[in-house]
Amino acid sequence: MSGKPDMVASDALDAPPARPRKRPLLRRKALRRVLPWIVIVAIFVLWEFVVRAFAIEQFVLPAPSAVFAAGWEWRWPILENSWQTFMTTVVGFGFAVIFGLVAGVVIGSSTLVYDGFYPALVGFNSIPKVAVIPILVIWFGIGTVPAIITAFLISFFPILVNVAAGIATVEPELKDVLRALGARRWQVIQKVGLPRSMPYFFASLKVAITFAFVGSIVAETVAANKGIGNLMLVASSRFEVPLAFAGLLMTSIMGIGMYLVATFVERRTTGWATRGVDMAVTPGT
Amino acid sequence: MNFVDLDRVSLRYGEDGDGTLALQGTTLRVTSGEFVAVVGPSGCGKSTLMKVVTGLWPPTAGTVIVSGREVTAPLSIVGMAFQNPTLLPWRTTLDNVMLPLEIVSPHCSRLRKERAAYVAKARDLLALVGLKGFEDHFPWQLSGGMQQRASLCRALIHDPSLLMLDEPFAALDMFTREELWLAVQDLWLARAPTVILVTHDLREAVFLADRVLVMSARPGRIIAERAVDLPRPRRLEMTYEPLSVALVQELREHISAARAAAA
Repeated sequence: MSGKPDMVASDALDAPPARPRKRPLLRRKALRRVLPWIVIVAIFVLWEFVVRAFAIEQFVLPAPSAVFAAGWEWRWPILENSWQTFMTTVVGFGFAVIFGLVAGVVIGSSTLVYDGFYPALVGFNSIPKVAVIPILVIWFGIGTVPAIITAFLISFFPILVNVAAGIATVEPELKDVLRALGARRWQVIQKVGLPRSMPYFFASLKVAITFAFVGSIVAETVAANKGIGNLMLVASSRFEVPLAFAGLLMTSIMGIGMYLVATFVERRTTGWATRGVDMAVTPGT
Repeated sequence: MNFVDLDRVSLRYGEDGDGTLALQGTTLRVTSGEFVAVVGPSGCGKSTLMKVVTGLWPPTAGTVIVSGREVTAPLSIVGMAFQNPTLLPWRTTLDNVMLPLEIVSPHCSRLRKERAAYVAKARDLLALVGLKGFEDHFPWQLSGGMQQRASLCRALIHDPSLLMLDEPFAALDMFTREELWLAVQDLWLARAPTVILVTHDLREAVFLADRVLVMSARPGRIIAERAVDLPRPRRLEMTYEPLSVALVQELREHISAARAAAA
């Protein structure tokens, strides 16, 4: 920016002041689009370089090339187990969304319920979910159900808290607009509370979906015979470390995919909260 | 016939009787179709008065009767515009204006079937206040004055028989404010609702109202009343003519006296 102001001053009469800034801005936009890919490739290149330069053993840290090779070699088992993990996560996450949304509305719309339930919920959320898995196994046996429940337990809390916060913090003036029309309590929640809490809801979805993956994969390593978690456990027990890493990579890809879906839905539905500005722009300056 | 009838109404905020006493023994009568302005020193309970009349706050003592019925819950025959436009940011201007139709009966049950007619009505109303072409804009794409106009349309869309204006122009610059005075006068002449306007702008009160009421400092009650006998439709220049100026001056003295009494 330092050199620009002189240029603006010199031809300020015939050129609008925004013009000199336009080109760098455009370039920044293009950069923003490719930058994530550059970062990812750079990480892999650095990783490969470190592994080769220090001659790290493959069973300690496999090089990306070895990981990709293992991933290609075991592509069918990986895809099959990924599908299992994906379904488990989506089902658990789906329940978390429904439950979190409903409970969030109930808790957020009444200070009495809020004050009454919040301490218990915080206590519940403080329980490490990993510790619950053995109990789930006793109840439901080994398999998909404990993984679904773990994904649910770990991801519903952030959704609930955010929806409740969104509804509880509605400006009294907005409520008065509806109350002055004789609106019922439910109508106020429907017309003001819910739309108002949507930005909070979507922000929480992005956190919750990654949590859900953590939940289901951890459960799979402890108590399942299918899924990416189980595959990684088996692979590392056989010292097939590149395969375990390939499983990790797959998890990341699924996590990013779901995150993008959440972001896409968020942009489509709550553009008003960011005033129509592209979401990615806001954190910059 | 009195459309709004407040009889010795008191209101104390807070639940256990030690809160602020905002209104004390306020008696107020407004006839059907009348335009009344309430003025007073700041913090005198003008906004509280609005909340009591519309039923948003139940009075601590006294009775509130609107349209022949005692008010015990928020009324749906009221249109309200506040000092802030309070438009919902996720709705377009048109959808904001149509919000009351989704809540107030009988419109809420008819809205789905006769949507086109209601949309046309909302568009007409927006055109009347000079917002034609901004129907699909979001509130944050409008200026403060435009938002306030949209808020006025929202207060009027369901044909309320009582319009409550709570300092709706206070946050605007003088030119926008005067423009909106004319818009409100047009709307009032066209539809003849009963209007209660709360304001601290004496010129505004004199320009718009049939009758101006002066409130005392808190706890508020009506201490003076003045009819404004200016012909309608009124023009902005009239606010600078001797009759208006004298009225403004007289009201100002009442308020100064009220402030002095409180200090």
